[in-house]
Amino acid sequence: MSSHSHAAHDGHGHGGGHPLVGHLVPYSTLFATGAALLVLTVITVAVRYVDLGEANIYIAIGVAVVKATLVSLFFMHLRWDRPFNLMVLVGSMLFVILMMVFCMMDVGQNEPTVAPGNAPLVQTYLDSNAPFAPVTSK
Amino acid sequence: MSHATHADSHGHDGHDGHGHDPHGLHAKYPFLAHHFDTPNQQFESGKLGMWAFLATEVLFFGALFVMYAVMRFTDPEVFSFASRYLDTILGGINTCVLILSSLTMAIGVRAAQTNKKGLLVTCLALTLAGAIGFLVIKYFEYTHKFHLNLKWGEAFYQPVDEAEAQLVKTEPAPVANPVLAIASPNPSAGAAGAELVSLPPVDRTAIAAPKAGPDGVVSIESLKEKAAAAASHAHEEIPHLVDPGLPPNTHRFFAIYYIMTGLHGIHVLIGVGVIGWLLVMAMRGRFNSNYYAPVDFVGLYWHVVDLVWIFLFPLFYLIH
Amino acid sequence: MTTLDARPDAIPAEAPDNYLTFRRGVLSWIFTLDHKRIGVMYLFAVLASFFVGGVMALLVRTKLLFPGEVEWMTAEQYNKAFTLHGAIMVFLVIIPSIPAALGNFILPVMLGAKDVAFPRLNLFSFYLWLLGAACAVWSLLAGGFDTGWTFYTPYSSQFGAGGTIPVLIGVFILGFSSIFTGINFVVTIHKLRPPGMTWFRMPLFLWALYATALIQVLATPVLGITLALLVVERLFNIGIFNPSMGGDPVLFQHFFWFYSHPAVYIMILPGMGIISEIIAVHSHRHIFGQKFIAFSSIAIAIFSFLVWGHHMFTSGQSPLMNVLFSAITFSVAIPSAVKVFNWLATLYKGSISLNTAMWYGLAFIFLFTIGGLTGIPLAVLSTDIHLHDTYFVVAHFHYVMMGSALIAMIGGLHHWWPKMFGVMFNETWGKIGCALVFVGFNLTFFTQFMLGSQGMPRRYYSYDQIEGMAEAFKMYHHISTGGSYIMALGFVITGIYLIHSLVAGRKAPANPWGGASLEWQCSSPPPHDNFSTTPAVGDCYDFSAVRWDESKQGYVVDTEAHIAASGKGH
Repeated sequence: MSSHSHAAHDGHGHGGGHPLVGHLVPYSTLFATGAALLVLTVITVAVRYVDLGEANIYIAIGVAVVKATLVSLFFMHLRWDRPFNLMVLVGSMLFVILMMVFCMMDVGQNEPTVAPGNAPLVQTYLDSNAPFAPVTSK
Repeated sequence: MSHATHADSHGHDGHDGHGHDPHGLHAKYPFLAHHFDTPNQQFESGKLGMWAFLATEVLFFGALFVMYAVMRFTDPEVFSFASRYLDTILGGINTCVLILSSLTMAIGVRAAQTNKKGLLVTCLALTLAGAIGFLVIKYFEYTHKFHLNLKWGEAFYQPVDEAEAQLVKTEPAPVANPVLAIASPNPSAGAAGAELVSLPPVDRTAIAAPKAGPDGVVSIESLKEKAAAAASHAHEEIPHLVDPGLPPNTHRFFAIYYIMTGLHGIHVLIGVGVIGWLLVMAMRGRFNSNYYAPVDFVGLYWHVVDLVWIFLFPLFYLIH
Repeated sequence: MTTLDARPDAIPAEAPDNYLTFRRGVLSWIFTLDHKRIGVMYLFAVLASFFVGGVMALLVRTKLLFPGEVEWMTAEQYNKAFTLHGAIMVFLVIIPSIPAALGNFILPVMLGAKDVAFPRLNLFSFYLWLLGAACAVWSLLAGGFDTGWTFYTPYSSQFGAGGTIPVLIGVFILGFSSIFTGINFVVTIHKLRPPGMTWFRMPLFLWALYATALIQVLATPVLGITLALLVVERLFNIGIFNPSMGGDPVLFQHFFWFYSHPAVYIMILPGMGIISEIIAVHSHRHIFGQKFIAFSSIAIAIFSFLVWGHHMFTSGQSPLMNVLFSAITFSVAIPSAVKVFNWLATLYKGSISLNTAMWYGLAFIFLFTIGGLTGIPLAVLSTDIHLHDTYFVVAHFHYVMMGSALIAMIGGLHHWWPKMFGVMFNETWGKIGCALVFVGFNLTFFTQFMLGSQGMPRRYYSYDQIEGMAEAFKMYHHISTGGSYIMALGFVITGIYLIHSLVAGRKAPANPWGGASLEWQCSSPPPHDNFSTTPAVGDCYDFSAVRWDESKQGYVVDTEAHIAASGKGH
C-alpha cells in the first residue's frame, strides 16, 4: 500500500519528498499553464478592438472557457484527481446552464412584446425621482 | 506512484488494510481526526467537501451570470454603450494579476507537498500581494466611476457637477412620447410636453427618427461639443448624462456590474484573510508533505475566484 | 475482505456510557462536536419553532371563523401571521427537520461511521440556524414581515413591512446552514462508509438523505444570491427586480423557484426515506424494489430542477415555457409512484406490527397519495388558471409538506425515539395522538380543496364580500378550523407523552422494533463513538435472522446468520 511506503520515509526534512496523499504537479506544467493563460488574456483583449459582429462575444466566451479549463485541469489538479470531483464541477456548471437556458427561453418569448425604450412606468418613476434622467426612446 | 495512492482509496476498499490497526495511524499522524481511519481518507473527504462547497460557489455566481445573460439579451445596446465606461487596461491588468497569483498559489501547493518551507512562504506572500493588488486596482476603478456618478439606481442620473447639471437642463432631451411627457414632472421634459398637449397622435417612426429636441435645434454634434467642453477637466469621454446615445435602462448595467464585481471582490477579500492565515501557519512550519490539506483547499478556493474573474472580465470589459 | 474477523458480538452488552452521559454540563453541549448531540439540539430547536409556527396557524384559522373583520386581528396582523407561519414552517421547521435533526443523529450510526465528515462544520451549521432564527426575531421587533414566505417582488422590494430585510438576511443565513449540512452528508456518505457498506447495502433513508443533500448543495446558493439581490434592491433600488426601475419581477420568481421547487423535495425526500425504513422494519419484510426506490430518490432530485416554472403559470411566463414546464411536471409522477407502489408491495404479506410509527407510516402513504394526485390538476395549464392562488393550492401543498413531510418526521421521531433517548413511549397514547392528528389534518385540509375549487382565494383576510359564496365558504372554514383544533390537540398529546417518556419511560432495548440496519446494533442510546469496533454490514432489509429475545424485551440480530443470509458479496 503506497501510503505505508510514504509513511515509512516520513516527510520531515526530506527536500523533494513525495506527499503522503494527493498528486504532485511538475513545475513545467504549472508555468506552461500560467503562460498560456496570459497569452489567452492578451488575445481576448485584442479581439475586443476588432469588429467581428456576432462572433465577438462567442470568441470572448470561448477563450474564457478554454482558460477556465486550463485552470481547473492543471492548477486545480482535476486532470489527475478523482473523476467525481470533476463531475461535481461540471455538474454544477450544467445546472447553471440549465437555469440560463430556461430563463432565456422564457425571456426570449416575451421579448417581442416589450415596449422599446423605458417602459412608461419606469419613465414616470425616473422623472419624479431622478429629474435629470433623459427622456428616451429607441 | 500517485496512481497507487489513488487506487488504495477507492471507496470502502481504501481502509481495509488499516481497519484493524487504526490506532497506530492515529498515533503516527497527530493531525488525523478520530473519525477517520487513514490520512488518505481524511484528505479525500476534505477535498470532496471543498469541491462540493465550490459547486455552491459556482451556483452562487451562476445565478448572477443568468441574470447578466437575461439583461444583456433584453438590452444589448445598454451593454455595448456602458462597457465603454469600463477601463479595459485596468481590467486586463487585474486579470493578469489574478492569473499570476493563481500560478503562485499552485506553486505554493507543490512547495508544501515537497517540504519546501521557504518557497511556500514566498509563494503565499506573492499570492497575498496579488490579492491585495487586485483589490487596490479595483478600488481605483470604483472611485473613478463614483466620481463620474456611474452608480446604480437613481444616483446614475445625478449630474457630476454644476456645469453638467446646466448642460442637461438647458438642452432638453428629445421627447418621444407626448403622452408620457405630459405625465412627467420632469422640468426639462415638462415644458416641451405642455406645448404638445393639443397635438394629435403622431406615428411612431416620426418620433423616433430625429434625435434632436422637438424644436429641432439641438444637433448631436453640438451637444457632443458642449459636453466635451464641459467635462474636459475630468475625462475624455463625454459625461453619460449628456451623451445622446445613452440608451434607456443603462443604470441596470451598472447595477449588475457592481453586484457581480462586488461579490467577486468580497471573495477576494475573504481570500486575503485565509491566505494571510495560511502564511502565518506556513511561517510557523505547520505544513509538510504529510499534512498540507489547508494549503491545497485554500488553493482550490483561490482558483475558483480566478475562474469567476476569467468570465467576468470579457463579459463586462470586452464588449465590442 | 477479511474485516469480518473484527465483528462485534451480536448486540453490545449494556453500555456503561452513552452519548448523553459521556460528558456533562451545559458547556459540553454548547461546544459538542458529537453528531448525536447536535442532532438532538436541532431536534428541540426545530420542535420549538414548530410550536411557534403552529400557534400562528391556529391564529390564522381562528380568524377565518369570522367572514368579516374582527377586532382582535387587523388585516395587517393577519398578513404578518400567515407569513410568519409559512416562513417558520418552511425555513425553520420542515427543511431542517429531517436532514438536520433526525439525519444528523441517524446518518452516521446507520452508516456505521463514528461521526459526520466535518463535525465542526456541523456544529457551525447549527449555530447558523440559531442565528437565522434570531434574525427572524429581529424582524419581528423591526415591524414584522408580510410578504408571504415567497417574498415576491415588487411587493417585497418596494413595500412590505419594516422587518423584511432582517428576515431576508435570516433566510440567507439559514440557507448556508442548510448548504453546510448538505456538504457534510454528501462527503460522509461518499467517504465514511465502513468496509462492506456498498451503495446498495445502504439503507434507503441514507439514499434519500444523499439525494436531499445534492439538492441542498446545488439549489440553495441560488436562493442565497436571490435574497441578497432582493436586499440590495430594497436598499438601493438598483433596477434588477423592481419594475419601476426597469427590473423584471418575473425573473425574481424564476430565481426564487429555481431554489424553492427543489426545496419542496428537500422537504419530502427524506420523509420518503423514513417511510421506506418504517414500512420495511414494522412489516418485518424485505423492502420491495430496493434499487428502484433508491434510484427514484435520485430521479426526483434531478427532476426537481426541471419543473420550477409550474409555480408561474399565471405570472406572465411565456406560453412555450408553460407547456414545457407542465409536461415535465407530469414526469415527476413516475418516481413518486414507483415509491408508493413499492411501499404497498412491501406491506403485502408482511407480518405488520401496528406500532405508532407504523400508524404514521400508513398515514403518510394515504396523505401523500392525495397530495400527489391533487398536484395533477395544478400541473394542467387550463385547470391551473382556475385553481391558481386558491385554497386548492393551499390544501395541496399542506398535504405534501405537512401531511407527508411532517408526518414522516413525526413517524421517524417515534421510530428512532427509543434509539435517541433510550426510553419507550406509551404506545396507546401514541396511537391516540396519531389518530387525532390524522383526523384533524384531513378535516382541516380536505375541506380546503372544496373551498379552493369553488373559488376562495388564498391569503384573504375576509370573505364576506364574495358574492353568493360567503355562507358556503363560512361553513367550510368552520370545519377546517375545527379540524385544526383537533390536530393541535393531537400534537399536544404527542408532546406530553414523549416528554413523559423521557422522565418515566420504560428503558428501551437496543432493538425494539426488529430492525436489521446498523443503528439497531449499537445500544440505546448509542455510546459516544457509536461503534467500538467496525460493525459488520449485512443486508439491512433482511429480517430472517432477527429474533425476539424475551430477556431483553427487544429483538436481537444473529449476526452470523444475518451476514450469511445477506448472500453474495461479503
